[in-house]
Amino acid sequence: MLEETRDDAAMGERYVLNMGPQHPSMHGVLRLRLELLGEEIQEAEAIIGYAHRAHEKMAENRIWPMFLPNTSRVDYLSGMIYNLAYCQAIEKMLELEVPERAEYIRVIASELNRISSHLLWLGTYVMDIGGLTPFLYAWDDREQILNILERITGSRLTYSYGRFGGLTMDVDDVFVKQTEAFLERMKGRLVEYDKLVRQNVIFIQRSEGVGVIDAETCRRYGVTGPSLRAAGVAYDVRKDEPYGIYDRFDFEVPTATAGDSLARYDVRIREMEQSLRIIAQGLKDLPDGPIMPDKPKKKFKPPEGPTYFAVEAARGHFGMYLVSDGGETPFKIKLRTPSFSNLSAMPEVLRRTMVADTIAIVGSIDIVLPEIDR
Amino acid sequence: MPETVSQLVDSPALAILIGIAGVMGALTFNALFLVWLERKASAWIQRRMGPTEVGPFGMFQTLADMLKLISKQLITPRHVDKPLYHLAPIFVFFPVVAAASLFPIDEHVVLQNLDIGLVLIFALGGLGIVGIFMAGWGSNNKYALLGAMRSVAQNISYEIPLILSALSVVLMTNAMGGPDTNGMNLAEIAQMQHDQGYWFVLVQPVAALIYFIAALAETNRAPFDIPEAESELVAGFHTEYSGMRFALFFFAEYANMFIVAMVATVLFLGGWSGPLLPGPVWFFLKTYAIVFGMMWIRWTFPRLRFDQLMSFCWMVLIPISILNLLVTAFIARAV
Repeated sequence: MLEETRDDAAMGERYVLNMGPQHPSMHGVLRLRLELLGEEIQEAEAIIGYAHRAHEKMAENRIWPMFLPNTSRVDYLSGMIYNLAYCQAIEKMLELEVPERAEYIRVIASELNRISSHLLWLGTYVMDIGGLTPFLYAWDDREQILNILERITGSRLTYSYGRFGGLTMDVDDVFVKQTEAFLERMKGRLVEYDKLVRQNVIFIQRSEGVGVIDAETCRRYGVTGPSLRAAGVAYDVRKDEPYGIYDRFDFEVPTATAGDSLARYDVRIREMEQSLRIIAQGLKDLPDGPIMPDKPKKKFKPPEGPTYFAVEAARGHFGMYLVSDGGETPFKIKLRTPSFSNLSAMPEVLRRTMVADTIAIVGSIDIVLPEIDR
Repeated sequence: MPETVSQLVDSPALAILIGIAGVMGALTFNALFLVWLERKASAWIQRRMGPTEVGPFGMFQTLADMLKLISKQLITPRHVDKPLYHLAPIFVFFPVVAAASLFPIDEHVVLQNLDIGLVLIFALGGLGIVGIFMAGWGSNNKYALLGAMRSVAQNISYEIPLILSALSVVLMTNAMGGPDTNGMNLAEIAQMQHDQGYWFVLVQPVAALIYFIAALAETNRAPFDIPEAESELVAGFHTEYSGMRFALFFFAEYANMFIVAMVATVLFLGGWSGPLLPGPVWFFLKTYAIVFGMMWIRWTFPRLRFDQLMSFCWMVLIPISILNLLVTAFIARAV
């Protein structure tokens, strides 16, 4: 299938270009096998598996609480969201009550994590297009978030902050002050990013009309997250299947209609703004109280049967499918990671585009390879 | 009128040697300085510090890097086309050195006062393009070939607005000067601006802008650095080169930047003319200001995609520069 050559009189014959797995730009160890005619891609094949660490297999050999550190490492950029998702999935399975204060702190920490993930995406996407400076500016902002979260959790990137029924450690007034200062600072920074990046003619030329993923393609491949919202579909797990206390927060789900890289950029920037809104509301309403229930669950044997729990991670719909056989270790934990489905649309999207746009398109859908390979 | 070095020294062989030594020394110092400047400028733009350890303000960092590159083992990959692979750096490097000998640093100091100076510089630039393609093809590497082909297409396309905008100044100089001036002598152009009392950038702003943009593209600098785009093609046409060979390409790129900036200084900013300070100081000040501008742009803008780059040249720059040339010709005829 891939071996037959098609001689196009004007362009010569097809040749194969292999991008990755080691490549300065590919985010993670992704291998793309491209068949090119000149500069136009005829076929693209994504070859994954270079970062497979067998998380799901590890889950089968550990008791339920021991899987907590694994969860952050699946998508290390949304580590907090994934970690808390596992806790919430267990809480759903065991029908545990979570104290109010813990719920609010979870929301604040998750939204901070979302902003830091989007900032990283911003830096790397613009760097792939060639603007090397916003990368460092974004890193500076991310550093603020990482400092805030390190102070309360002890880790900078892969958090094990949640516990079944609540959180590990409480936050204090310094956290509230730091976060409020960060919110103020971030508002000004988003204006700067707008001037430096969004209004730059070259950036717009590289992103507009590039890598269009329409709603129908998204539906066929199960694309979720900002890529789906940029295609016009207002699907956000926080709104459509609310979990935790997200239904108490007032925020919008930004969408765009074009479905190109520029639309995805805009959606992510506006998502950051909405996250800032959520954090502000969370800080204002943060109640006092405990962060763990009186009798926390340590070792337990959940009832038999499956449980599915989904959250809105930075990249899309992240679902955990926990199957219990009544024992202390899970029978199976299946992780439905958004990047896997987002990447599966790539071969179709990349067809008939130029090889110079490959990096930009793959960068704009924001994939994290460890999440795909698990 | 300026004297050539041969008028200062008796034996022509000695004059040539002095000239070569002078040019090589100037270019080496230039490369060392420019690399340091690039690293410092890019660092401060990006909220970091740049080299600080080696020497005050990291001044000797480039020297240390050059020593490292020189001392590296020369690896020749087995699959390369040996003659092309080995000759390519030389073809890229020597035109630049030759071009550097044509510049009037001062009213009375120029290495070679040639009447066809400007044409020679552009011709030598074309020779460099051959070297780039030799590097890309000889490397026997798809990435290098893609980079080389893009670079060649980009360079030959952008040569046109480069030359057309320079021609506007040539036309002007020709019209202003006496019957002897043919307008292509760099020393004459600088002299003309000094005599007329104003810099040509004031009367030829469009040509100056087009020249600057085309110069960015000629030297493969961002936003036109697709041939070297790190995140797309590893290192473009010089992927397979390491050690001293890579150092030659590197050196040639910075020397090339210097050359186009010098041409811009002579054509548009009056060369060595300026009040108070001595000629050479003004000359280098203006040149390095232009080079700094090129660096500033590199670290601010993303890069153009290749087809956008080409359509920008052919659909925008060339029509405007032709128009500019026509208007200049009319005015020169009328006045």
